[in-house]
Amino acid sequence: MRQYVENDAEENGYHVCPDPDLYEDLLEGLVENQERYGYPSCPCRQASGMKTYDADIICPCEYRDADVDEFGMCYCGLFVSQEVSEDPDKLEPIPERRPPEILEATMEADEEPEMEESEGIPVWRCKVCGYLAARDGPPPICPICKAKADRFERFRLSPR
Amino acid sequence: MEAIRKVKGKRKEHDVKLFALSTCGWCKKTKKLLADMDVEYECIDFDLLSDDEKKEMRDELKRYNPAVSFPTIIVDKDGVIIGFKKDEIRGALEG
Repeated sequence: MRQYVENDAEENGYHVCPDPDLYEDLLEGLVENQERYGYPSCPCRQASGMKTYDADIICPCEYRDADVDEFGMCYCGLFVSQEVSEDPDKLEPIPERRPPEILEATMEADEEPEMEESEGIPVWRCKVCGYLAARDGPPPICPICKAKADRFERFRLSPR
Repeated sequence: MEAIRKVKGKRKEHDVKLFALSTCGWCKKTKKLLADMDVEYECIDFDLLSDDEKKEMRDELKRYNPAVSFPTIIVDKDGVIIGFKKDEIRGALEG
């Protein structure tokens, strides 16, 4: 896990947590989640255990880049900017960027949506507002109109 | 470890409830601070709850912290501290 995190940090121009105790705890949390759910979901967030629904919070999460840009660190503080890496006192709690509706929706969902085998990443269309998302399964809620996952359909270009 | 447990401490002036995740580093820091301050509190490790308990606790936590994020400390059923804010926690519990 350490290798995975450190390689990812290096590839993306980030630094790892400069607080050694926090860093060890976060790595342990990731290992625990890997064992518990089968994928390393964010140790600082509640996962649903359904991979499709947790896709946005599998480490490194979808919110990392925006959080490091704005606050110099990801939500956990696992990945930080150079500035924070040189001054660990700048590590502090930052607001949650993941919309709370996602956790809400995943907690109400009992079953994971079926994933279809396909080449490349499938595209999902919200039947309510027309929003399109390219990902393995439909998002737990539509980020635009908040419709639930079951309102999404597989989107295909119709043959001419 | 029990998902919901009473953590003993000498300091009992306030009714303190901590919503945490067992995997979360900031929650661990919060638990350590409360232990160092010797505060008695109720600890809820949300990720270790059953599905039914999660829904119940989610509804409770949401009333205080709509983002349902961890750690969240509830002091005397109405004060809320979201995140490991050391000075705020000390201020609220050592006063």
